Amino acid sequence: MRMPEPDAEVVARKGEIVKALQEIVPGEGVIFDPKELAAYESDGLTAYRQPPLITVLPETVEQVSGVLRYCHEQKIKVVPRGAGTSLSGGALPLADGILLGLGKFNRILEIDYENRCVVAQPGVTNLGITKAVEHRGFYYAPDPSSQIACSIGGNIAENSGGVHCLKYGLTTNNVLGLELVLIDGTVLRVGGKHLEAEGYDLLGLLTGSEGLLAVVTEVTVRILRQPATARALLLGFDSSEAAGDCVAAVIAAGIIPGGMEMMDRPAIHAAEDFVNAGYPRDVEALLIVELDGPEAEVNHLIERCSDIARSKGAVYERLSQSEEERAVFWAGRKAAFPAVGRISPDYYCMDGTIPRHRLPEVLRRMREMSERYGLRVANVFHAGDGNLHPLILYDANRPGELQRAEEFGSEILKLCVEVGGVLTGEHGVGVEKRDLMPSMFSETDLKQQQRVKCAFDPDHLLNPGKVFPQLHRCAELGRMHIHRGQVPFPDIPRF
Amino acid sequence: MTENLKPDTPEQLEEAVAWAVAEKQPLEILGQGSKHGWGRPVQAAATLDMSGLRGITLYEPEELVLSARAGTPLAEIQAALAEKNQELAFEPGDWAPLWGGAAGAGTIGGMLGCNMAGPRRIRQGAARDHFLGFSAATGRGETVKSGGRVVKNVTGYDLSKLLCGSFGTLAAMSEVTIKVLPKAEKSRTVLVLGLDDASATKALSAALGSPHEVSGAAHLPAQVAEASEVSYVRAAGGPVTAVRLEGPAPSVAARCASLRQELAAFGETEELHSRNSALLWRELADLTPFVKQPELALWRMSVAPTEGARLASKILEQRPGLHFYDWGGGLLWFGLSPGGDAGEAVVRGALAGTGGHATLVRAPQEVRQEIPVFQPQPAPLAALSRRVKEAFDPHGVLTPRRMYPEF
Repeated sequence: MRMPEPDAEVVARKGEIVKALQEIVPGEGVIFDPKELAAYESDGLTAYRQPPLITVLPETVEQVSGVLRYCHEQKIKVVPRGAGTSLSGGALPLADGILLGLGKFNRILEIDYENRCVVAQPGVTNLGITKAVEHRGFYYAPDPSSQIACSIGGNIAENSGGVHCLKYGLTTNNVLGLELVLIDGTVLRVGGKHLEAEGYDLLGLLTGSEGLLAVVTEVTVRILRQPATARALLLGFDSSEAAGDCVAAVIAAGIIPGGMEMMDRPAIHAAEDFVNAGYPRDVEALLIVELDGPEAEVNHLIERCSDIARSKGAVYERLSQSEEERAVFWAGRKAAFPAVGRISPDYYCMDGTIPRHRLPEVLRRMREMSERYGLRVANVFHAGDGNLHPLILYDANRPGELQRAEEFGSEILKLCVEVGGVLTGEHGVGVEKRDLMPSMFSETDLKQQQRVKCAFDPDHLLNPGKVFPQLHRCAELGRMHIHRGQVPFPDIPRF
Repeated sequence: MTENLKPDTPEQLEEAVAWAVAEKQPLEILGQGSKHGWGRPVQAAATLDMSGLRGITLYEPEELVLSARAGTPLAEIQAALAEKNQELAFEPGDWAPLWGGAAGAGTIGGMLGCNMAGPRRIRQGAARDHFLGFSAATGRGETVKSGGRVVKNVTGYDLSKLLCGSFGTLAAMSEVTIKVLPKAEKSRTVLVLGLDDASATKALSAALGSPHEVSGAAHLPAQVAEASEVSYVRAAGGPVTAVRLEGPAPSVAARCASLRQELAAFGETEELHSRNSALLWRELADLTPFVKQPELALWRMSVAPTEGARLASKILEQRPGLHFYDWGGGLLWFGLSPGGDAGEAVVRGALAGTGGHATLVRAPQEVRQEIPVFQPQPAPLAALSRRVKEAFDPHGVLTPRRMYPEF
């Protein structure tokens, strides 16, 4: 993975930069000792490592603004970091850049039950928000698997999803307002406790912008009342086609389950060996269909789902009879990644999304690739929304295997795009999928995205080297070649 | 006389914009013009009539996805969805009659350009939340695409969000992809009678904080309730607070019974069943109270729900008006006399400090020319918005100054 060439001049000025930053963030907030910096050298994508030049841990918005203003004036690159759980290398540091850690922004500022929202600093964990309101029967809906550790600020950067987003939406559908700091130190607010931010939807643009546009210093999110009840159905099928048909039939019947997850045989076996969830071992595909909501509704819909499953050839069916049993159904799915970690020294988690009906074809072609690359693959799948997480099993200690796993992964993602899907459903582009962007977007598309970047950060100082395979200078992107008189009056119908 | 360019293909659309750039002739992008009166008056050399780019290009009900050319009539899309028992869950209103137009007008592109959202906004979001991807010609005369046809997608910036609600000022969409959802089987509405605005907000807040999955939460002061087409609402003889429940029949019946019990603490309750329930929420989505009073200027204010009633009373202290609340009290519709500044000083003065914003949705052209139609932004935010505009349309050829006088 090629990152922008470090600026030797900036690296040489490290001592001076440390002093200047210490003026802005007094105390222990500036970390420059190489041993301590090692703690920040990677995020959840551990295959890539690079210690930053300096790490800064500000505690106030004024400090964030001061650090960014200084970096902007001095043309020093900045990589923002939340909890560092990104699976796409979104928080991978730069050798000549400041790592701006938001970990000290860890307070919940306001809980407003009447307006059903929480105002939090960006370093609060995703689960921390739910924990703060659950005693009153509320929760924050998006629930990425890393929710115990990942920060709400990082969720904004990545537009995180989770298993419930078919019914409850992604981060972008649950954020009401942001306070943010631009690279020149300007502090702005968009949205608030009301619905619909005014003017252009910058709130929507910033969500999922992977730390390339601004640094978020405060977040207002919607909270929902917890569903009165939830029940889960465990369904086994002889083929992934049959399981896929069942998912389609449930949705065609007008039912939007709270969660609908699929696992293939290798994933079922790994999970069952690890947590003994009681999954059947003799099926090719397992579905967990969870219905949540008012009790009368859940009981009614569970029966309909069960009828549909039988009509689609389910060979195994079990309905959770208690909260404990429902938790056990999920335990296997939620432990799928570590379970796979037990059967292989290393695994590489992919994150493409496909139109659901293309699943059988995608699984078949992945099996062919698996044989060709000589690497096993296990699949877990957010079946409701088509988000696929193939886990490629490899051993980093065997020469060439990591590279083979990465090539295998790239081929899977290109296949996702080929069948009408996308490169990443919820993990982000980061550095990991950066060089695959041209398989989904034309040069013109990517240039337009970078023009939006230029509106926020004309010098490419915020998180450069992520998302875009090629950095164009903003002046070059702004140029337009107009040949007056050479564009004929358009030859199109007019009245 | 203004030209009217009517491209039939994305290539012709690109060519039309390239011509506008080369000749420095601004274009006003129009679908069917059903919401033409919303926004600042646009001075353009030509209109870019999108209605030639028409037709549903993909509809897969089991995948909950639909793609269409941007000029496709919304009615055509809604009819196709209804055939499969699906709908646009965010409940866009039919607003053409607000400006005296025929009911049922409008295109999918126009609906997205205005980021429409009806009463179900509180549960299902707005158009922005269902807009998955697009192809569009930017003000550079280049066709770009963003997003895709799947719901879960974080590949690149979410430019769909920017285009949604940009009123044709950033790009001319040629094709769009949206998420669609199954229609609810049943709808019932619990009414609480006789509440003043402040108590109504509390009742709505209690309903929205309950586990009953409320999909509509509105309050109609007496003046609005009395003019309703729904006999139960009209006959109430005072203010009516309405809470909608939707879903499978047994679920709706059970939730309705529980909610009535819980809301009984606030006042006398009543319930509307399928037909009447649908009629009431259609009235509110379509802003019928203001269709019936075409002379009023119409303001739309979005605030934290607990601020709504206070805001309304501040305005009413200074100026008589017709108002109702949607979105649990957080969306305030206000009809005021269109004279002078159409109440701008009063409205925006009352709004100060709430964090919310106000848009003048309907007013005579000379008023919209003079006063800020959209909420004025603080200088740094306005500067950023302008840079975003320039990133798409550096020469200002697309629907210039529809949103802000400067660009």
